[in-house]
Amino acid sequence: MPSPLIAPITDVLRDFGKPRLNRAPSPVLAVCLPWLLVMLGSLSPTWPIIASAPLVPPFGFLLLIAWQQLRPGLFPVWAGLPLGLFDDLYSGQPFGSAVMLWSLAMLALEFLEVRFPWRGVVLNWLSASGIITAYLVLALMIANAGGGSASIIILIPQILFSILAYPIAARLVGAADRFRLTPIITV
Amino acid sequence: MVSAPGNRRPGHSRRAQYGTFFGYLIALGGAGIGAGLLLVSTNDSAAFAGARTSAVDSVGAASQVTAAGRTESQSLLAVIGGYFTRGSRVAELEREVSESRVLLAEQAALKAENARLRATLGLTQGEVKPVVVARLLGSTSSSTRRFATLGAGANQGVQPGMIVRSPLGVVGRVLEVGNSTSRVLLITDNESTIPVRRASDGVQAYATGRGDGTLQIKLAVSGLNPFKKGDAIVTSGSGGLFRPGEAVAVVVSLTLDGAIAHPLSDPGMSEFVVVEPIYDEALVSAAASQQDGN
Repeated sequence: MPSPLIAPITDVLRDFGKPRLNRAPSPVLAVCLPWLLVMLGSLSPTWPIIASAPLVPPFGFLLLIAWQQLRPGLFPVWAGLPLGLFDDLYSGQPFGSAVMLWSLAMLALEFLEVRFPWRGVVLNWLSASGIITAYLVLALMIANAGGGSASIIILIPQILFSILAYPIAARLVGAADRFRLTPIITV
Repeated sequence: MVSAPGNRRPGHSRRAQYGTFFGYLIALGGAGIGAGLLLVSTNDSAAFAGARTSAVDSVGAASQVTAAGRTESQSLLAVIGGYFTRGSRVAELEREVSESRVLLAEQAALKAENARLRATLGLTQGEVKPVVVARLLGSTSSSTRRFATLGAGANQGVQPGMIVRSPLGVVGRVLEVGNSTSRVLLITDNESTIPVRRASDGVQAYATGRGDGTLQIKLAVSGLNPFKKGDAIVTSGSGGLFRPGEAVAVVVSLTLDGAIAHPLSDPGMSEFVVVEPIYDEALVSAAASQQDGN
């Protein structure tokens, strides 16, 4: 029996997110959260990690793939254009690299979606791994065309980390998706 | 298992069909726009500097806070790791101390000789007044290019071309300057080349970043490879950007025409870095007019 003083608070907490007849998810949250989460991932170069070698997975890209695989059609096919533009502002890659590669990745994911409408965890992870590897290698080639001369060998740890980090990104997206669709607005 | 939601096929609705069609068209156009932007930015790497620096400026304040926590968390991990490697490290340290005693004696002799020579030449030891002391806020983490963000910009007097160093050695060079943040080209970036020399005898060489946290040391004049493991590499000062005699790296392995060196200053471990003015005053105006700094 909770004390009468905190009872109203616990009532509110207990009711939070309960499916009720007169409750609906907030449309603002439902629409904006996926975009915000991907952009937050793109901000990873401003996180307090100073790396002297490229090791950190491209979080923005991982989250974009995860959203697209969990909720196909949630992002429009052209979402790679604005989200890539934002990523380019922070990534340190030559400007336009993510705009191009993210747009192509969205088209590839759309193709996969049409070709394999029924997918399991393994196929999702496998296709995501392929796309991530292709993305990192192409990004390296673009960085090299823009003046760098890094060898492809230095990418191997990063590719491994990214592939291992993908399920974590997918779980994060799953949690965000549940939160996004929590019925919190009284209708 | 996940399946496609049923309502994704446009069916007979002409409007829905057009919507899907234009979606694909914009996506393809996005790839094209990206390629166009790439063409512009690879030809002129300063093309989007304004957009980048203001974007980093806008999140700089939040990064200042998180950067403060970085040093503590890293030293915590180092403490835990220390328990596992204590024995071998004690032995190693004892050996190093005995070697260092000899070196220290030599250093003292050199210092005395140096002071004597300076006195005869009438030179004064020019004390470098730093432009600003600031935090490194973060670095490109997933790209193969190595840029760091510095928590000081034009408002603090930072200019492109200035040298960023930690107490242990050179960290990098300022490339683009925003109002309160700036982008630093780390010495491990594969486009960064520093004129260096071996500390012991002044063999001239160039240190180029390899992009994986190490430096490739290439001899300025090819010949017999004089490098040995453990050689200290310092800046030579040629070209005027870097002050001569600043610590850069230590040789860890040899290659056919030079060596692989490990940088002395880990930018992730240094809480504060110092921005030094451009060494050669004649280069100051040149660097200011050439934003790119390459």
